[in-house]
Amino acid sequence: MMRFSTLIKNPADWMTGGQGEHGAVLTSRIRLARNLRGHPFPGWAKRDQRAAALELIQPAVEALPPMKDAFSQQLGSLNPVQKQVLVERHLISREHAARGDGSAAVIERRQTFSLMINEEDHLRMQAIRPGLQLTAAFNALSALDSELEKSLEFAFDPSLGYLTTCPTNLGTGLRASAMLHLPALVLSDQIGQILQAVSKIGLAVRGLYGEGTESLGNLYQISNQSTLGESEETIIRRLERVIAEVAVHESNAREKLLEDDPAMVADKIGRAYGTLRHAHLIESKEALNHLSILRLGGCVGVFPPETVMLCDSLLMDIQPAHLQLHSGRKLSPEERDSIRAEIVRSRLLSLHSPDNRSTSHEPKPVPDPHNHPGDA
Amino acid sequence: MKCDFCDKKATVFLTQLVEGQMKKVCLCDACAKERGVTDPTGFSLADLLLGGMAAGKGSVTTAKTAVAAGGGRRCPSCGFTLDDLRRVRRFGCSDCYATFGEEVSQMLRGLHKGTSHIGKVPDGLMARQVLNQRLEELRSRLDQAVSSESYEEAAGIRDEIRNIELGAKA
Repeated sequence: MMRFSTLIKNPADWMTGGQGEHGAVLTSRIRLARNLRGHPFPGWAKRDQRAAALELIQPAVEALPPMKDAFSQQLGSLNPVQKQVLVERHLISREHAARGDGSAAVIERRQTFSLMINEEDHLRMQAIRPGLQLTAAFNALSALDSELEKSLEFAFDPSLGYLTTCPTNLGTGLRASAMLHLPALVLSDQIGQILQAVSKIGLAVRGLYGEGTESLGNLYQISNQSTLGESEETIIRRLERVIAEVAVHESNAREKLLEDDPAMVADKIGRAYGTLRHAHLIESKEALNHLSILRLGGCVGVFPPETVMLCDSLLMDIQPAHLQLHSGRKLSPEERDSIRAEIVRSRLLSLHSPDNRSTSHEPKPVPDPHNHPGDA
Repeated sequence: MKCDFCDKKATVFLTQLVEGQMKKVCLCDACAKERGVTDPTGFSLADLLLGGMAAGKGSVTTAKTAVAAGGGRRCPSCGFTLDDLRRVRRFGCSDCYATFGEEVSQMLRGLHKGTSHIGKVPDGLMARQVLNQRLEELRSRLDQAVSSESYEEAAGIRDEIRNIELGAKA
C-alpha cells in the first residue's frame, strides 16, 4: 500500500503537461458517478450501511490492475492538511474531504485515476489527463468502470441509465471538464462574452476550484451539465469542440494584444516577473495572478517554453495545504506568505529577465578542443 | 363504513398491498387527524398500523409500503419519504426512482437534454438480467414438469439450471 508522502512527493504528469491548444488547456477531467444496487445512497445510509458499501467497493477497486499498489485510505485516517492537499490537487472534492470514516479515497500511483468511495454517490471515479484529452481520459475511465462492473452490481435502469443520488447526474453519470488558462481574453475584456456564449449552449463555467469559487489566475473550468439523453461520446465531442474554439479565441486575443499594445503586454509581464522574483511576502491570490501572466509570457515566447510547466507546478505548490505539508507543520497566514515567496523566488532563480533574455538565454556553442569532428 | 378505531363514520380510506393482498384501513375524520394521516408532511402507515390499531379489527400486521391520503409515500427499500425528497431534492436509494416515479418525471423536465438514457449500458448487468430471466423460465417449466410427473424432462431442466448457476458463479 502506498503511503501518503510517496503519493504526493512528485507532481503528476498531468500537472505539467498542458502545452497543447496554445497552452490554453491545462487539464482534462472525466468523472463517472456509480451506485450499488440495493444499498441506500451514502447521504441516507446509516453508519453500518455505509460501512457495508465501503467493504464491498474498496477491495473491488483495489483489485483493479491499474490500481495495483495504489494509495487507499479511509478519510478518517487522514489529517486535515493531507485532505486539503488532495483537494488542491483535484484528487478528491471538498465535500469528500469533509468526511471521515466510512468514506475512502483510492488514488492510482501516478494520480491519473482517483476514486472516491461514499461521496455523494457510492462511487465517484475520476481520470485526469494533461491538455485537451477528454476522449482519451473517458476511454481509460470507462475501461476501469467496465472492469469494476464484473465484481460490483451498479444501480442501472434501462430508461434512466445509471441511478445517482442527485437527479442532476442521472443517465451517464458523466461530468467532463477542462481547466483553461485565458489571460488574453481577460486582458482584452472578451472573457464575459465568451463565457456567456459557452453557458448559453448548456455548458457550465466555473472558477479554479469548482462550484462557487471565483476565478483566480485567469483559470476557468468548462464542463457539461446535462447527463441524460445524450451518449457519453456526444457530450464529450461537443465539449471538446467548444473548448478547442475557446482556445483559438484565446490564441487570437494574444496575437492581437501583442500587435495592438505590445508595451502594455511587456509591462504586465515585466511587473509580474519583478514581483515574483523579488517578493518576500506574497499572498496566494497575488501569486496566482502574477504566475498567470508569467505563464502567458511562456506561451507567447517572452520566456522559454518550459516556463509554462514551471508555472503549472508552482500553481499547485503554493497552495496553503501544500505549503504546510512542505514545511511539516501548521503555518500562520504570515508564515505562509513568507514561505510561498521563498519557494517562488527559488524556482524562478534560473529564469532570466524578459529584457536580457536574448543575450543570456541562447549560449553560443563552445567548440570542444578535445573532440574535433575530423578525429572520429 | 365505520372507522377502524371508533364507531364513527369513516371518511379516510388507505389501501396497501401486504404480502400480495390488498389491505384497507378506514378512519373517521377525528381519528385520521389524531394520527396525522391528513398531514401531508409525512406519516407512516406502518407506525399507525403497528402502534394502536383497535384489537380485533386490525387484520393488517406488517406494512411494506405506505400510501397516505396526503401523498406521503415512503420507499419500501430504504424508508425515504416523499417529504424527504421535496426537502433535499435527492434520493435515498436506487429503488426510490421507482417509488417516486411521478416526481422523477417532474424533476427531469428541462433538467437534461433528454429524459431517457442514451449511452453506456453495463455489460455484466445486462447479461445477468438475461440469465435471471432464463432461470425463472426454466424453474417454472421444472414445476410444471414435476406436477405433470414428466420426470425425465424435469431432470433435463434441473441439469440446465445447475449449469447456468455454476456458470454464473465462475
